[in-house]
This record gives sequence, C-alpha cells and structure tokens, in this order.
Amino acid sequence: MTYLDELREWLEDSWDPELTLRTWWAKLADDGWSQPHWPNEWGGRGLSLSDATVVARTIREFGAVAGPPSIATRLAGPTLLIHGTDDQKARHLRGIADGTDAYCQLFSEPNAGSDLAGLQCKAEPDGDDWVVNGQKVWTSHGQIASRGLLLARTNLDVPKHAGISYFILRMDQPGVEFRPLREMTGRSFFNEVFLTNARVSSADLVGGVDNGWTVANTTLGVERAISGGAELSSTVVAGEVTGNLDRAVGTFVSGVTSSAPAKESSSKRLMRVVRRNGRSDEPLIRDGLAALYSLERLIALNTQRDRDFQSSGREFPGQPNLAKIAENQAVRLARDLTFTILGVAATVHRYEEDDVSEGSVFDQPDTDGLIETSLFSFAPQIMGGTDQIQRNILGERILGLPREPSTDKGVSFRELTKNS
Amino acid sequence: MKFGFSEEQDELRRQIHRFLEEKSPESEVRRLMATDEGFDRSVWSTMAEQLGLQAMTIPERYGGAGFGYVESLIVFEETGAALLCGPYFATVALATNALLSSSDEVARARWLPAIAAGESIATLAISEDSGRWDLSELATVATKSGQDWTITGHKNFVLDGTIADLILVVAVTDDGPGLFAVEGAATGLTRTRLATLDQTRKQARLAFEAVPATLIGAIEETEDVIKRTLQLACVALVAEQVGGAQRVLDASVEYAKNRVQFGRPIGSFQAIKHKCADMLLEVESAKSAAYYAAWTAQEDDAELALIASLAKAYCSDAFSHCASENIQIHGGIGFTWEHPAHLYFKRAKSSELLLGDPFYHREIVATQLGI
Repeated sequence: MTYLDELREWLEDSWDPELTLRTWWAKLADDGWSQPHWPNEWGGRGLSLSDATVVARTIREFGAVAGPPSIATRLAGPTLLIHGTDDQKARHLRGIADGTDAYCQLFSEPNAGSDLAGLQCKAEPDGDDWVVNGQKVWTSHGQIASRGLLLARTNLDVPKHAGISYFILRMDQPGVEFRPLREMTGRSFFNEVFLTNARVSSADLVGGVDNGWTVANTTLGVERAISGGAELSSTVVAGEVTGNLDRAVGTFVSGVTSSAPAKESSSKRLMRVVRRNGRSDEPLIRDGLAALYSLERLIALNTQRDRDFQSSGREFPGQPNLAKIAENQAVRLARDLTFTILGVAATVHRYEEDDVSEGSVFDQPDTDGLIETSLFSFAPQIMGGTDQIQRNILGERILGLPREPSTDKGVSFRELTKNS
Repeated sequence: MKFGFSEEQDELRRQIHRFLEEKSPESEVRRLMATDEGFDRSVWSTMAEQLGLQAMTIPERYGGAGFGYVESLIVFEETGAALLCGPYFATVALATNALLSSSDEVARARWLPAIAAGESIATLAISEDSGRWDLSELATVATKSGQDWTITGHKNFVLDGTIADLILVVAVTDDGPGLFAVEGAATGLTRTRLATLDQTRKQARLAFEAVPATLIGAIEETEDVIKRTLQLACVALVAEQVGGAQRVLDASVEYAKNRVQFGRPIGSFQAIKHKCADMLLEVESAKSAAYYAAWTAQEDDAELALIASLAKAYCSDAFSHCASENIQIHGGIGFTWEHPAHLYFKRAKSSELLLGDPFYHREIVATQLGI
C-alpha cells in the first residue's frame, strides 16, 4: 500500500469537521501527517518534500484541513531538525507540528538589513539564562507568535559573523514589546520588536554559542528553497492567540477540492479591468499586457525546466535567485501597467475602509485592491535578499565573478563599531 | 512535458559544435561576410553529406532524416552561436517549412530531395518594400495564362536571394495570395544583392517581370501555410538567438574576469556584475522560451501561434539587449570592428527585425489571449 492509500484510509477514519482545530492538528501530528517530510523519530514519516506537498494536496482534495503553515513549520522546524539538540527537538517540534506554537523571525534590525551579520542586539549571560537587549524590525506575525527565532550578538571581540548566537525566545514576557510598523500601503503587516532585558534560557540556544550565523544560514536557505508555504500546508493561522484552535475544524475547510487555488495572475486580472474600462484597443496597453503575460509564462517555464533538468541530472544553476529577480520584474511591470490602465482613477484611493469618497471609482470593486497591490510591489524586491544582493550572488557564485574587496573582514565587531 | 535532451540529442549538439568550431571560427565568419555570396560551397556540401543538416526535418520519404523540431533547435542554437554564414536558415527554416506546411505532395516530392541533399539552396520571399510580414498589402501579382502562371512585381529583404536555386514567392492572384515556386535562374527575374547591416546574413531585392512560376498547394490555404511557416521559422530563429545570447554572455563574463582596472577585475564592481546577472536571467529565460517553442512545434500543440510569437518577442529583446551590454562591458574595444562584439549585435538586431519585431509579435500574443 502506498503512503497515499494509507493517508486516504486514515482520513476516512479520522476526519470529523466537528472536532476542534486543536484536536485535528494533534491527530495529524500524532500520525505524522502534519509534517510528513520530517524524520519518523520526530513526528514525521520520512517522506520527501515533494511527497509532503502531495500529502497536503490530498488532504485538501479530501475536503479536510492540512497541517499548520508558515514560519514555524517552514523555518523553525527544518532549522531545529538540523541544528537542534534532542532536548530542543523534544521540547519544540511538537508545538510546531500541532499548531499550538506560532513563530516569528527576529533577524533584521534597523542597522542590519542586507548586512545582517552587522546586527547589534546583544545577549549577555546571566546564570542559566541570557539577557537580551536590542531592537528588531520587519517582524511579521509578531502579534500572534509565542516564540521567536532570535539572532543576537554574544561576542564582540571576534569578527561580526563569528559572534552571533541563535535562540528560541519565548515572546510572552514583559521584556518583549511590539510596535506595529506602518507601511506605504497603509497596512501594518510588519512590526518593530523592542527587547528590554528579555530572558532566554541557555537550553534554548541553538547550535552552540557564537555559532548562530551557521544556523541562520540554514533558516535563510530553507526560506528560499520552499516557495509558497501554502503548497505544504493549510492557510490557517496557528498559535493560541488567534483563538482558531478552539473553533471547529470544519469552519476552516477552504471549499476548493483541487490543489491549492492558484492565485489569479496579474495579467489575467488586468485584462479584465482593461476590458471593463474599454481600453482593450490601446496598443501600448496591449503590448504591456502581452509582455507581462510573457514574463509570467517564462517564470513558470523556468521553474518547470529547473524541475525537469534536476530530475534528469542536468543543472540549471542559480534558478532560485533568477526566479526571485524575474518575479520582481513581473511585479514592477504589473504595477506600472496597473496605474496606466486605471488612469486618473488611481489618484483616488482609500487607505481606511471608512475613507469617504464619492464617485464611480468605487463601482469598480477591483480598484482599491489593485492599488494596494501596486504599493506593496516595492516590498518583494527588498525583502528576503534585495534584488541587488541576488545579483551579487548570481554574479559571484554562478558566474564566478570576483567579490568586491571588503573593509570589515577579520575586524572584531568592537573595532567596527568604535567610531560609528 | 519534459524539458530535456536525450543522449543522442546531446551527441548531435557535440557534433555540430565541433564541426562549427572547425568550419566556422571567427576568421571564417569574417572572410565569408566580406564576400558577395556569403557562404563556402564546400562547407555547405559537407554539412549535407557528412551531417545531413539540410535534411534534418525533411521526412525520410523525400530523402530527409526525419528528425523533429527539438533536433532542429539544437542545430540552430549552435549555428546562431557561431554566426554561421550561409543559406542554412533560408533553406531549412523558411523554404523547407513552407513546403512541409503546404498540402502539395507533388511540390514536396519535386523539391525536397534536392534540398535534403544540399544540392538546392532555397528561400522564401514575402516582404516587399514596405517590410511587412503579413499578406495584407502585397503588390506582387501572379497572373494565370492557361495552366501557367507568371509573376510580376518585386520582393525585398529576401534572405540569400541572389544564390537561391529555388525561390518560394507569395504573390496575389484574383482569388487571394498564393504560394509559388520560381527558379533562381528564371527569365525575367532580376536579383540585386543588398548591402546588409548584418553582413553574416545576405539579402536581395528581387524584381519580377512575367517570371514563370508554379503554384504550390491550393490558393485558399496560402494564408494558413504562410502563418504556420512563419511560426516554425520563428521557432528556428529564437534558437539562433539563444545561441548568440549565450555566446555574448560568456564573452562578457570572461572579459569581466580578466580586464583589470583600478587594481582589480572589472567584474568585481557591482555595476558590471549586475549587468552580467541580468544577462544571465535573459539568457536562461530565452532558453526556456525557445526550448518550449520547439516542443510546441514538435507536438503540433494548439498553443504554437501564441508560443512562437511569445518566444520571438522575448528572445529578440533578450539577444539584442545582451549583445548591447556585451559591447558596453567591453568598453572601447567592444566598439571596434576588429572585436566580434559588433557582429553579434548586428545579428541580434537584424534577427529582431526579421519575421516581425517584438511589438508585432506581442500584438499577436495579445490577440491570442483575447485582450
């Protein structure tokens, strides 16, 4: 019997939309269907990543809810499996798999973006604990997280990369304060996090003192490798804070029986708007939409070629980095086309639901969403490694071009910050 | 579907690559581009006799090798990278595809064997002085007299028009455009060699004065035959463009690693490094487009019209952009006649404009998408 047969049988026996989400996710975790790509000894089934995707899809197609999503399962889980001690795995992995813990990432700082290794948040030893002081930024899901993946400096007398440690920080303590960060969209997806004498146990230091950079690279690596967390899981937000865990799991069934609903492409969306606006005949708009469609299609073809090449032993070096740049190109093109297509109607936009404006603009239900998407379009080319960093990576690691000379290599962090 | 090549296809690529390294190095490109005919007849014969290149996509029953569009892509990718001088594109991508797209079995049996054997150079004449690639405003007419046809008018931008033994011509009849075959040496035909921007690809202007011609296929099918021919020709051209784009990317990277200024290789400066990274993205995306277009042609997929134009637009922009950046990265030396960078730019730009420019093809994409 294949694992899929086993899964379907298990679903027949186990699924009950009246169960609470908490109970359902616990069942999935108990029988290894929440994170099936994890090793058996840690609550998985030792399947491959692509098989795990198939599991999630099969669960959805059955009409049930797949395992918990996002930072915890995508980033924290794999990082702990590679770098965690058995004690840390025993204490943290279950909460990830059964959705009772939600995680956030505490990496970036106001002075440490592309140069993440230059981070200044400090952790100082105090008995069996470490005391943490500093500021983090661009933290998403901060409000709902029970745990944070924290990078802090534990040694100032070595070069910057060599003095960082990686902690699992409990977020529910007085020394951890959130402030929503308002973005140009008007939303606050992200937060600043202020750490003032926050405490973390040395039992939650991952990968050894001063070895945090290596662990961080694992986290950043899996972040890039797994594109689209929704493929592997449900989209239901995990953790205690949202109250989802005590609702009936049946309320979370997406109603889509095929694989994760493909987001409508930007080109398709804009084609509808163009038709509605009566501007389908304008040559520049037609050309722009054809170019956007072409770019979207090529991104998909590149992904497929990468998959096919890998499965036949060929290489497509740098594809993840190329994909990011290409997607961001498409996002920019969509943004520019959106404003062209909407015309002066785009100068009217509600940031708040109750911003009152008269006019036919609001007969077009897509307008506000399109503009917000266009404003958000500045983010993807900055976050997760800027497009410029991606190009450095491609140039250096794929094309073999020499690195730029560095001024901070081998210099202790204390020396670096002396005059700043 | 699979993006992938078989062991045999990889071996074909190695063979063609080796052949072109030997027979079409830069010195030969420069020698031949300076001649009127623009090709080496002995190399042309060797291509047919030893490698069967002219016969690749011709079915076996006409003396061909019966390969498909994926094998063809491999050949064109290599000839494009090497800037091969000669009537290969005209004969195989244009004329052969036109004959294969028509329903005229007699025409195929009559002309394909000599093409397959490398004995007949062939081309296709569509554009007139206006430079259009559609059939809407043609002025060249075909007149019927009894069972015979004659053609009067002119054609322009005809690839390898002065050396072609067989010229396929689109001319207007009382019932619409028809496809005709004309002998290269026919009476009434004046062939004028054009000086070309891309000297590696020769062109001619043809003047017809009651030139005897043979109708190919039914007149009613001509529009569809030409549409399909141009789609398949684009599939070949984008393969050439991918080969050329990869070649200039390699040249840029090599130069960036070796050229030292301000005490370090210029590739260590982000401005140069980032140009190369952007070129890499264009080359790889162009490859995916071209490979997928070849698959689409091979499977005769319903998307061929969309994909052929999508690929032609993208690969044209990609090759032209990469060839331009290659000059920029080389600095002053890239601007010289002596350096090969300009040869690739001129091939890129000409290829971009032949068979419809990117705007023309994106308009086809827009129409196919129902915008």
